[in-house]
Amino acid sequence: MSVLQMRGIRKSFGELEVLKDISLSVEEGEVVAIIGPSGSGKSTLLRCATLLETVDGGSITYLDHAVAWEEEDGAAVYAPAKELREVRQVFGLVFQNFNLFPHFSVLRNVTDAPMRVQKRPAAEVEQEALTLLKKMGLEGREKAYPFQLSGGQQQRVAIARALAMNPRLLFFDEPTSALDPELTGEVLRVIRRLAEEKMTMVIVTHEMGFARQVADRVIFMDKGVIVEQGGPEIIDHPVHARTRAFLNKLEGEEA
Amino acid sequence: MTFRTMVEMLLGGMGKSILIYVLTLVGALPLGLLVAFGRMSRVRPLQLFVKFYISIMRGTPLMLQLLVVFFGPYYLFRANTGTGYRFVAVIIGFVLNYAAYFAEIYRGGINAIPAGQREAAQVLGYSRSRTFMTIILPQVIRHILPAVTNEMITLVKDTSLAFAISYSEMFTLAKKIAASQTTMMPFVIAGVFYYIFNFVVAFIMERCEKKLSYYR
Ligand SMILES: Nc1ncnc2c1ncn2[C@@H]1O[C@H](COP(=O)(O)OP(=O)(O)OP(=O)(O)O)[C@@H](O)[C@H]1O
Ligand SMILES: [Mg+2]
Repeated sequence: MSVLQMRGIRKSFGELEVLKDISLSVEEGEVVAIIGPSGSGKSTLLRCATLLETVDGGSITYLDHAVAWEEEDGAAVYAPAKELREVRQVFGLVFQNFNLFPHFSVLRNVTDAPMRVQKRPAAEVEQEALTLLKKMGLEGREKAYPFQLSGGQQQRVAIARALAMNPRLLFFDEPTSALDPELTGEVLRVIRRLAEEKMTMVIVTHEMGFARQVADRVIFMDKGVIVEQGGPEIIDHPVHARTRAFLNKLEGEEA
Repeated sequence: MTFRTMVEMLLGGMGKSILIYVLTLVGALPLGLLVAFGRMSRVRPLQLFVKFYISIMRGTPLMLQLLVVFFGPYYLFRANTGTGYRFVAVIIGFVLNYAAYFAEIYRGGINAIPAGQREAAQVLGYSRSRTFMTIILPQVIRHILPAVTNEMITLVKDTSLAFAISYSEMFTLAKKIAASQTTMMPFVIAGVFYYIFNFVVAFIMERCEKKLSYYR
């Protein structure tokens, strides 16, 4: 059973068609990297998948939960709110700019949702959070507040916060784009380790070297469509001219 | 009249000023939040109505509003309001007026919280009400505290407007004593009392701000 299945997703902002018939499914244990030029709709796709935006058409299914489906007239309808609340437990999202809760300590950022939303026992949640933070290389920073941490540390707290909910699938939207270059490594290392542990992940990224290393599948998006997808080798041997153009341009910038 | 009796009478008036002050805050701080919700409502008629209410409250003198609340029931409905109504009218007038000012402060504070906070909470599965109470509101309070402090200091001085409907708080008494005894003294004493009152308010609020400044 796929963890996520999106079919024929369409989304417009006013006149602007941002997603045009996108289909994507993610299998258990798979790491999918989404690459593509700015404005191609990568974030919008993630926001639709994480229910931060509603789609105009198409269907979304998580495991055996139908989240959105198409009516006869082609418009998408969503499952009732109660069902959506359950579905939100299936996935987690790590934002580009972390979005930690600034008034909570590091530990509380990680424990609050498992305790208050999932209503799990405090002692157990706390124990798990401490283990997670340690794994993220944040031992000893539990009592700090987000503003006292570097960007890289904040992003690692955000990853711990998402993992503490025990999601089946974790989304990342350019997790290192807001970081100074010398801090990206520590975040990528953490994600790489999650990939080794077979965490199911969908990662939007501009880091081609990283995508090549961790991804089982790479998806190239442009102007609201999936132009090309395949194994990580498509980064080095793109078939489609638009993919080639994008990768060449990126290389040009990096060189 | 001795200096001492003067001070004692004014202290009694000050008690009433403080009562107005506290009741106004107790009423207007929560009501202001409701008004802010109305102002931000997607229900257009409600939003427009609240917008109109706020503009009236901020666009006309508080003294005039007090007169309307106090005399309105009689002139409009020939209603007999009874003796206790003078005080009630003062509180109603102040609460309605200050709720409008607080509402605009809340609204600014709520809009200043980045959308990402709400989104992060939503993805984690927080309900809308829990998101507001535990994620948004604490940050809003921290953010708006200086503006609220400003209003609270203005309110200390505004309590004297109750003299417009002859409610016997400190300023009304000071005026009365000054007229009957032909002396400036009551005004000086009242001034000192208002100043001390404000000093205490400012001190308490500064403490609150310090307490909430543990994060950035
Ligand atoms: N809420 C919105 N309202 C209107 N237009 C939007 C909104 N969100 C995104 N867009 C537009 O949709 C298009 C796709 O945006 P999106 O953020 O999904 O691109 P992206 O692939 O993530 O780009 P980047 O690499 O720069 O993050 C852009 O043209 C953007 O301006
Ligand atoms: Mg984006």
